[in-house]
Amino acid sequence: MMKQITWSRIKKQKELVFISIPFVLYILLFAYVPLWGWSMAFQDYKLGKSFSEQTFSGLKHFKLLFLDDRFLRVLRNTLAMSTLNLILGFTTAIILALLLNEIKNVFFKRTVQTISYLPHFLSWVIAAGIVSMVLSTDGIINIMLLRLNIVEEPILWLSKGKYFWGIFGLSTVWKELGWNTIIYLGAMTAINPSLYEAAEVDGAGRFKKMWHVTLPGIRPTIVILLILSIGRILEAGFEVQYLLGRGMTMDYAETIDLFVLNYGIKIGNYSLATAAGIFKSVISLTLIFMANSISKKLGQDGLL
Amino acid sequence: MKKRKTGDIIFDVVNVVIMILLMIATLYPFINTIAISLNPGLDTVRGGIYLLPRQVTLENYKAVFASGTIFPAFLVSVARTTLSVLFGLSLTTLLAYVLSRKDFVLRKPITMLYVFTMYFNAGMIPVFFLMRGLGLTNSFWVYVVPGMVNAFNLIVIRTYILGLPDSLVESAKIDGASEMRIYFSIIIPLVKPVLATIGLFIAVGSWNMWFDTFLYNSSNQDLSTLQYELMKLLSSSLRTSSSGAMASGGVNADAVQTNMVTPMSIRAAITIVAATPILMVYPFLQKHFVKGLVIGSVKE
Repeated sequence: MMKQITWSRIKKQKELVFISIPFVLYILLFAYVPLWGWSMAFQDYKLGKSFSEQTFSGLKHFKLLFLDDRFLRVLRNTLAMSTLNLILGFTTAIILALLLNEIKNVFFKRTVQTISYLPHFLSWVIAAGIVSMVLSTDGIINIMLLRLNIVEEPILWLSKGKYFWGIFGLSTVWKELGWNTIIYLGAMTAINPSLYEAAEVDGAGRFKKMWHVTLPGIRPTIVILLILSIGRILEAGFEVQYLLGRGMTMDYAETIDLFVLNYGIKIGNYSLATAAGIFKSVISLTLIFMANSISKKLGQDGLL
Repeated sequence: MKKRKTGDIIFDVVNVVIMILLMIATLYPFINTIAISLNPGLDTVRGGIYLLPRQVTLENYKAVFASGTIFPAFLVSVARTTLSVLFGLSLTTLLAYVLSRKDFVLRKPITMLYVFTMYFNAGMIPVFFLMRGLGLTNSFWVYVVPGMVNAFNLIVIRTYILGLPDSLVESAKIDGASEMRIYFSIIIPLVKPVLATIGLFIAVGSWNMWFDTFLYNSSNQDLSTLQYELMKLLSSSLRTSSSGAMASGGVNADAVQTNMVTPMSIRAAITIVAATPILMVYPFLQKHFVKGLVIGSVKE
């Protein structure tokens, strides 16, 4: 019975169905067909052989991955950089949003916003070029440190592994800080003004109002964004690391994505690279489903 | 009227100072790059270029555009951006309309199929093999086709269409209009504001992309993009650390010597060339992006 009804509805809406078929094929081809490539991780994949000619190797490549010191280092780097990003990104954006919210001069506020959003629109190639210029031996950072007598000679920021995570975190803040405030500022406009008036009657000053009215007002937004970004904890990216990393900093700069790129595309060890990719995709998906159910439990809309 | 407390005034002053510092930290690197791009290259090496060039010259820009690689790459970037916007907008809007029809039988499964891709992908290597299998490596179309219909843009447009009154489509259907007719004569004129937003989203994304060139088309110089050329220049100068007389990607050694440009000054000039289109549309960008972000985050 049910089927018949559906079938007749499909017939009735054949125009819409007809339009949507190419879109279904399109997304299946570009997003779902590649899943077939996961089979490479379970084979000793050799280029030029057909699927049936490949030797099946079971979980060998996954085992190799976890015995590989380099992969464990990569995992550490990925987690370190995304955690750093999370902490720096959230705190700086919330603080800036709170401060912007306190500016009553509309023109000044808009100017600050316009300027701080700007780097978001430029590519990482441009941003990385700017970062490397600022950090070069004759760049502004070294000049300032020398003038203030903090250092004796210029620091080679981009050549030392120990600085890389910090440079990554601060570059990301520089590029995305302003942009990240938008959602918080939006949430702040929804706070009922009478709450501020009530707080004022109770004798609350600026800081007290920020702490007891504004911050609780945006708490749901903060919580949901935090949950979402925990679902993306393995997404430290590769662009910044690829563009700013060098041979001597790779022990700290290499992330999972970069590892996949280096093993797969450069060396041609497709099986191991795919195994690393699968590891990342599966963990990420699990985390996202967890984040989704947590946010639903907290009474927020889910993602899926 | 209440008198402002001293604490309040101190707060405001400190706040304004922080904001000004933030603006300087954001803008200084740009202004410095512009200054370097306009200063004679060999002179820049002496140091001391901060906000203004010592002497203004267009030699760096001339060298950039005279080199055999930058201008063609610029054209490829323009072409990919234009086509991505055209195809992306027309196809995404059509699907968004279909999925906005609440009575459409396949609405739920197709929406899920797309939304799922926002959180999950097969990974770099399988996608690389797919592109190769489809003949999209070493091809211009890899810049346009794979990202044509993107889930985020789809949801934003669909949400916008859902906000239009249902009666519009229904009364047109009673009048016997076909779906395509409803789409073209009723929906398209009404969704123009959101199309501006999404068009800019796609344009910025496509213009700024370098990774697809790197991955799929790095062996074919004819298909190189501006961002990729900049990236090559950046990495060559990063890897050979000194900013001496090294000839850098695409800009031939003659130009470096006779025109007194250096890799650093060339890099500054290309950075500005690559950033200029974005800066030119920035006023629109800011307005529309914020709107898009708000729609997208309200209802996913």
